[in-house]
Amino acid sequence: MILVLACTIGALYTIGAWLLMQRSLTRIVIGLAILGHGANLLLLTAGGRAGGVPIAGADPATTSDPLPQALALTAIVITFGVSGFLLAMAYRSWRQRRDDTVEDDLEDRRLAAAVRRLDQDRARRETREAAHGEIADQHEVGVGPGGDG
Amino acid sequence: MAVVAVLVLHGLLALAAGLSGRRLGRRVLLLVACGPLAAVVLLVAHALGLLGSGALATSVSWVPSIGLQFDLVLDGFGILFWWLIAGIGLLVMVYATRYFAPRDDLGLFASMLVLFAGAMLLLTSTDNVLVLFVAWELTSITSYLLIGFDDHRAEARASALQALLVTGAGGLALLGGLLLVAGSAGTTSLTGILVVAPTDPAAQAGFALVVLGAATKSAQVPVHFWLPGAMSAPTPVSAYLHSATMVKAGIYVLARFAPAIGPVVGWWAPVVVGLGGVTMLLGGWRALRATDLKELLAYGTVSQLGFIVLLVGHGDPELVHAGATLLLAHALFKATLFLAVGVIDHQAGTRDLRRLTGIARRMPTTALALLVAAASMAGVIPLFGFIAKEAALESTLHVGFGGPAMTAVVVVGSVLTAAYALRLVWGSLATKGPDEVDDDVVEPREVARPAPGFEGPAVVLTILTVAFGVWVAPADALVVGATTALVGPEAADIHLRLWHGFGLPLLLSSVALVGGWVVWRWPGSVRRVAVVTARVPDMEDVYRGSLRGLLAWADRITAVVQPGSLPLYGAVVLSTVLLLPGVAVLRNLALPEGLVVAESGLQVAITAIVVGAAIGAARVRRRLSAVLLLGAVGYGMAVLFVVQGAPDLALTQLLVETLSLAMFVLVLRRLPERFESTPWRFGRPLRVVVSLGTGIFVAVFTLVAAAANRQGTAAADFLERSLPEGGGRNVVNVILTDFRALDTLGEITVLVVAAIGIALMVRTPVEPDERGEVGP
Repeated sequence: MILVLACTIGALYTIGAWLLMQRSLTRIVIGLAILGHGANLLLLTAGGRAGGVPIAGADPATTSDPLPQALALTAIVITFGVSGFLLAMAYRSWRQRRDDTVEDDLEDRRLAAAVRRLDQDRARRETREAAHGEIADQHEVGVGPGGDG
Repeated sequence: MAVVAVLVLHGLLALAAGLSGRRLGRRVLLLVACGPLAAVVLLVAHALGLLGSGALATSVSWVPSIGLQFDLVLDGFGILFWWLIAGIGLLVMVYATRYFAPRDDLGLFASMLVLFAGAMLLLTSTDNVLVLFVAWELTSITSYLLIGFDDHRAEARASALQALLVTGAGGLALLGGLLLVAGSAGTTSLTGILVVAPTDPAAQAGFALVVLGAATKSAQVPVHFWLPGAMSAPTPVSAYLHSATMVKAGIYVLARFAPAIGPVVGWWAPVVVGLGGVTMLLGGWRALRATDLKELLAYGTVSQLGFIVLLVGHGDPELVHAGATLLLAHALFKATLFLAVGVIDHQAGTRDLRRLTGIARRMPTTALALLVAAASMAGVIPLFGFIAKEAALESTLHVGFGGPAMTAVVVVGSVLTAAYALRLVWGSLATKGPDEVDDDVVEPREVARPAPGFEGPAVVLTILTVAFGVWVAPADALVVGATTALVGPEAADIHLRLWHGFGLPLLLSSVALVGGWVVWRWPGSVRRVAVVTARVPDMEDVYRGSLRGLLAWADRITAVVQPGSLPLYGAVVLSTVLLLPGVAVLRNLALPEGLVVAESGLQVAITAIVVGAAIGAARVRRRLSAVLLLGAVGYGMAVLFVVQGAPDLALTQLLVETLSLAMFVLVLRRLPERFESTPWRFGRPLRVVVSLGTGIFVAVFTLVAAAANRQGTAAADFLERSLPEGGGRNVVNVILTDFRALDTLGEITVLVVAAIGIALMVRTPVEPDERGEVGP
């Protein structure tokens, strides 16, 4: 195991994670790509130390491990597909709104605002009821439908 | 096999009705009536002794590994239920052809109705508790769809949902209970469970859950409130599901368990009988105050269901016998009442007793049917309801412990029953004075006379109510068959009689009738008690409150866990990675053997370039610079791959990087030159901590993972097998195209999906957003 490579992987992950938590879609795509590079390197280093090219019949002791290479190769291609998809999203977002930033979900914010409003209403009502408590106690129970239970 | 054929026929008819509903119009209801008709034919053939002894029992293996056997055994109790389900089902379906105006969705209605009938027949003929549960749930779902049949009315939808939630929760309780009991007994066969009669704690908990489930289905206090709400359903549905059959499914289960479980589980009889008693009184009480005729009938049904539970819940043979009699009597008179009220509602356009007057003269046939059925309900001699009530009083008087209390409850309940029966007859039929009706009363001459076919089904049931009272033998045979199936052959000696002689039961029956008349005649006392009971919270309010509370709680949780910010979601995901696997890594900290700083100077140089370019890509404010630096990272990676002995990877990386770069440049052409500096919605320090933590975690993980690898690699194996098995020298290529070809297939699929998505996003025209702006 090589310390330099481990540190490189860590650095790539740090930068990728940092960019993932941004609001600009372009930056998020770049972050994902960098994260992908880190992951590929992680896969490769999992195969052990560097060695010769894995060709059939070579001495296993001196060649590098072919399996992580195959996995990393798959990962590279998939990262490419995902990057393309996100870029298309950024492009569409730009066409639609002249903007490639990811805003907070409006529906979620509306819901949170509604809950806040409800709490305020209740607090106000409770203050009012506390003030009129004596009157409420004297209120008679009328005869109406829905009596017992 | 005949039983199976009848059940299958119901399923096929449901399918056919759903498909051909539009073409047949109202005749689709006659089509589905063939289902119950077939069941009736089977029952008649059995009664006449035309069938062999094994005709009513069948076993079909469904999922044997979990004990799911399609055991169908139609015993005496099942036959009683089948008569109710098929007989009343047949009449209700004929009735419905007159009740409904022609409409497009009648096919769906007929389909649901016959599906329900089939489910109910299955429920009462299966010997397997799991099949019983499936049928039980099927009745809940069809009931939900039928209550909400008029789906344009918000009230109908709300009532349907309420019924589904209550009976659905009860269904879950029943499932849990049946599984616990079956686990203790070691069999899923109902008769098997009753023979074993387990009493360990798990089984006792199971029985409690079964009682709970049965109580929800049969509308027992305190979960009775869904039944009056279910009156939003079309009247044929109320008559069929919510008085004669479905609501008796709970009673069916209780009656099956009670004779075997009541004697061995101490709490069973007091709890179930108490439940029934309270329900009988409360339902009768609420019926006295209803102004909607169907609501009155619904509370009356709640009361009568309580009465039946009180009788069958004890498990004593004589009580069970009385309960089975009342089951039959109630189905006859209550279905009649619903059908008659449906006719009145249909013709007069209202079922509010404050708006009805002089109905008896407009429709004498229906009025007579309603009068006879109400008299049977109140227990007037010589109707079948009287016989049932006599049998009930006779049996409660014979019970030793708790007998007097049960008798008292039955008498008080009967007083209330007689009172609301009078209220029903007066409210629906009488010609009332001007001070007894509202201003918007429906004038009798505005009420059209009903068609004979519309009144027919109620008349048929009325005739049975009278006939069984006078000529008791056929009813007696049914009830004795049902009782012996439940409690064993010793019940065969208990028979029904019209005349028991002058004794305590007759006296109590008379007291109930006179008391009922008094309560009805002087409603002032009712009103005074009502003022007191109005302080007790209504269970329906509790239901509504808890439903509202649940939704508000869900809103609150959503507002917290779903703030809608993508960066925050990213932070949460990364923190989870950091915390959970991070802890596992910390617990196994170890350095791998043969750790070196670097293998060559080249390695150090290239990694330095890669990391430097990555930092640059993250920091620069110009988009194009960022992308070019990202390209530098990618090309650097390619060189690193060569150094690591992976030329295939390097090749792919070079190709992909070039393509990506082209793609980025194409898109960035359109976007602004620089990144906007957006305000931080949540702390910059948090992002620093999370991203640094992620990086450190992965670096440490790389080392720990390498240290944990004690097996070596699979390299030698692949190197050896590549040429002979894969036919290629380039081992990486052979792995991709041969050894792990499925991975590659998945990879290609991902690319295809991404390509479709990209094409759609790029080519679909842009619609103006909420701000009304459209880009180029």
